[in-house]
Amino acid sequence: MSQITPDVIKQHGLSESEYKLVLEIMGREPNLTELGIFSVMWSEHCSYKSSKKWLKTLPTKAPWVICGPGENAGVIDIGDGLACIFKMESHNHPSFIEPYQGAATGVGGILRDVFTMGARPVANMNALRFGSPDHAKTRHLVSGVVSGIGGYGNCVGVPTVGGECDFHAAYNGNILVNAMTVGLAPADRIFYSAAAGVGNPVVYVGSKTGRDGIHGATMASAEFNEDSEEKRPTVQVGDPFTEKLLIEACMELMATDVIVAIQDMGAAGLTSSSFEMASKGGLGIEMDLDKVPMREVGMSAYEIMLSESQERMLMVLKPGKEDIAKAIFDKWELDFAIVGVLTDTKHMVLKRHGEVVADLPIDPLALASPEYDRPWVEPKLAAPIDAKSVKAVAPLEALKKLLNTPDLCSKRWIYSQYDHMVMGDTVGRPGGDAGVVRVHGANKALAITTDCTPRYCQANPYEGGKQAVAEAWRNLTAVGARPLAVTDNLNFGNPEKPEIMGQIVKAIQGMGEACVALDFPVVSGNVSLYNETNGQAILPTPAIGAVGVIDQLDQRVGIAFEQAGEAVLVIGATAGHLGASIYAREIGGTEAGSAPVVDLAVERKNGDFVRALITSGRVTACHDVSGGGLLVSVAEMAMAGGLGVMLANEPTTLAEHAYWFGEDQARYVLAATTAEAAAILIEAAQAGIPAAMIGTTGGDALRLDAASIPLAELVDAHESWLPNFMSGPESN
Amino acid sequence: MKAAVIVFPGSNCDRDVAVSLEAVTGAKPLMAWHRDTELPRLDLIVVPGGFSYGDYLRSGAMAAHSPIMQEVKRRAEAGVHVLGICNGFQILTEAGLLPGVLMRNRGLKFCCKDVHLTVSRNDTAFASKYRKGQVIRIPIAHADGNFFASPDMLSRIEDEGQVAFRYCDEEGNLTDSANPNGSLNNIAGVYNMQGNVLGLMPHPERLAEAELGGTDGRPMFDSLLEALK
Repeated sequence: MSQITPDVIKQHGLSESEYKLVLEIMGREPNLTELGIFSVMWSEHCSYKSSKKWLKTLPTKAPWVICGPGENAGVIDIGDGLACIFKMESHNHPSFIEPYQGAATGVGGILRDVFTMGARPVANMNALRFGSPDHAKTRHLVSGVVSGIGGYGNCVGVPTVGGECDFHAAYNGNILVNAMTVGLAPADRIFYSAAAGVGNPVVYVGSKTGRDGIHGATMASAEFNEDSEEKRPTVQVGDPFTEKLLIEACMELMATDVIVAIQDMGAAGLTSSSFEMASKGGLGIEMDLDKVPMREVGMSAYEIMLSESQERMLMVLKPGKEDIAKAIFDKWELDFAIVGVLTDTKHMVLKRHGEVVADLPIDPLALASPEYDRPWVEPKLAAPIDAKSVKAVAPLEALKKLLNTPDLCSKRWIYSQYDHMVMGDTVGRPGGDAGVVRVHGANKALAITTDCTPRYCQANPYEGGKQAVAEAWRNLTAVGARPLAVTDNLNFGNPEKPEIMGQIVKAIQGMGEACVALDFPVVSGNVSLYNETNGQAILPTPAIGAVGVIDQLDQRVGIAFEQAGEAVLVIGATAGHLGASIYAREIGGTEAGSAPVVDLAVERKNGDFVRALITSGRVTACHDVSGGGLLVSVAEMAMAGGLGVMLANEPTTLAEHAYWFGEDQARYVLAATTAEAAAILIEAAQAGIPAAMIGTTGGDALRLDAASIPLAELVDAHESWLPNFMSGPESN
Repeated sequence: MKAAVIVFPGSNCDRDVAVSLEAVTGAKPLMAWHRDTELPRLDLIVVPGGFSYGDYLRSGAMAAHSPIMQEVKRRAEAGVHVLGICNGFQILTEAGLLPGVLMRNRGLKFCCKDVHLTVSRNDTAFASKYRKGQVIRIPIAHADGNFFASPDMLSRIEDEGQVAFRYCDEEGNLTDSANPNGSLNNIAGVYNMQGNVLGLMPHPERLAEAELGGTDGRPMFDSLLEALK
């Protein structure tokens, strides 16, 4: 009797039409191992079947792009013979089910994507979204995710230099854990995954294969419900120590000349790595699964192929060089096994106990995975609100309250659990606009940021998509970096619902437009769909990770006010947009309103102006204006520098609360000597860039006209929310 | 000054401290592998930070029994200077070269931040370039830095003047809130009786150049260079 009942097909997440395609490709009924392989290869997670059509519209090219999407990570040229390799990836579902291991293995996976290509990882970042602080699970999840990220990153010895973290009830059942790794490699020593050379050995290195993580990719491609916690066994367990050894062993091996191709085993483990290598090389592979190092006895071919055990790599070596490679892996005490050979059959032939247990054509599986043009509808845009309809509170009172809210509070409780200084090159620590790591041994640096404002994306996915890219670009600009390229992590709900698909389509359109306008190509990315629990979707969250270069280390600034008696300037126009703002939500009690519009030409003009001021050493501090608006940015600069500021209300027709807390885009706050400031204002006027002096640094309070609040009081408000929240009782 | 840095599987501050050593000596230190059983003639051995062998057992417990540590013990007993930073401090206590133990931080969490330290003595090869009582700013990054010793051992450490550094506030006060991990008597680092072995949880190599935001770690390497040439 056939093993392949309709039930079995359904459990493997394949639709009827997909199974028909399987039968067509195979010309026969598949066995269970083969069906399992189809299932993971065609999962949303591995195949991008819902998003592919739209992802193709993103700009991916620029003169400095060495390798765009399609490889393990994106590669850009940063000059001096160096390449920067980076990517962001989600580990959302596993982190919700088992937060420590889910987040830890998310970090491990993204690290491998980067060092697989020959880069030594130099920095990690993460973008986290949790449910409402009031939700029973939130504290447990924050605690587990943060210690998981730290537990892994700290041990492998890669600094975690920044990230973002916010809270919203829409994530109550689906938190987001997006991890990013940035690495550096010689530009002429990049390693790719296309197999080559019939007869060359296929080698497995790293940890042993166990039964953990089977069907992780399929789980990541389905909605959640009450039973999801039963999927805990599908979450993998991380071993950062082995990862550290794997990094060192791979770096050592990559310095020799024996690797033809290399690919990490990520989602769908040995299946996707072997298929991808073979498919890209137009070859076949014959593998003897008995040779795979195994942690447990009695593993079936199905289990071996679908295991998502961590810290494993697959590579093709040049013939006769196996001993060189083996000696290196022996030194680092890692498994090394020749598990197969490249063939010209374009088939994957798997043997177990001397018998062929699967025989699959490679290209139809790897390339002909379904691509859907899913139906979508234009998202309903949130209607604008009048700022006057939002409750007005005295600015300093509102400020103190805002700094004590989940989204605007200091995230020190999180980043102090991450080693952000190991490797000895962190020059811009967490808490600024971007993390900055020096290129080891050089006088230049990488600036790295992650950004997204999901409340804007919810109000208007198109503007929200634009804004995520623009804010990432602004963050890099604010430290003095030339923004170079983007990695995206698209987190959405169920794409089979037309309104969710509409969010995806419009957000990608917005992102693409911003990337074009800002010369900011997308070089890598990841898609995470089905982020829904019991039919309730998350806010659309197209997280953007971005990298820029600081050409001279001394041509950069931080956010901290450094000197008393300096002028404080705002660059960019303030129009008092309170729709979908943090002020409106936290003070006004409404999430209503349209998203602020991003004028990309203005964004570019203002940013280029600010960057030139920074790189010519004319400003002493810079901070972009984002969530919370102008007064929050100024307060953050004062708190970071431990130096007060005296502000005067601008003569403006805007309501006071709209002026200070509106979230208009393309704005920066600068500090400069009064002489410099006067010159900057003139130059800005000549260039047609709105600029205004709003205050002077000095003292130990934040003063606004006659009102004032001690800096210490603001610091206390800013620093206390998260530790206080986390010291509450944990419920699971 | 001829220096070696011990590299265990899982060490991750080995390169960082090598950079600091090279900055003062102008020469790359020897990187000694954990399986090595002998070291050449040298003046300084650094046991660096990291997670030796993963530290899945008690931090430093496995490394203390590695082949190279037998040689480090012999050299320390022969008077060679040994500096253990972070995981290196944990390893030196586990190996019996330094008194006390390093327990899980009292907050139970990994903690990475700048802390202030007072310099308890400056009559050693490690600290001559500091003033006695000077307040310096150095980062920590550890989960197991909570220094503990039995009451007898603690009073001996204090009586013999073995304390190297203590956690303090910006003004040098030894307050409880300036103690990041719960260490007894705010102890951040200790010497052996002879003063040729120092272990400390803070990372002097992480603030040893201005670009990184501070230089208070640099005098330790300058001191060693002067003492050991």
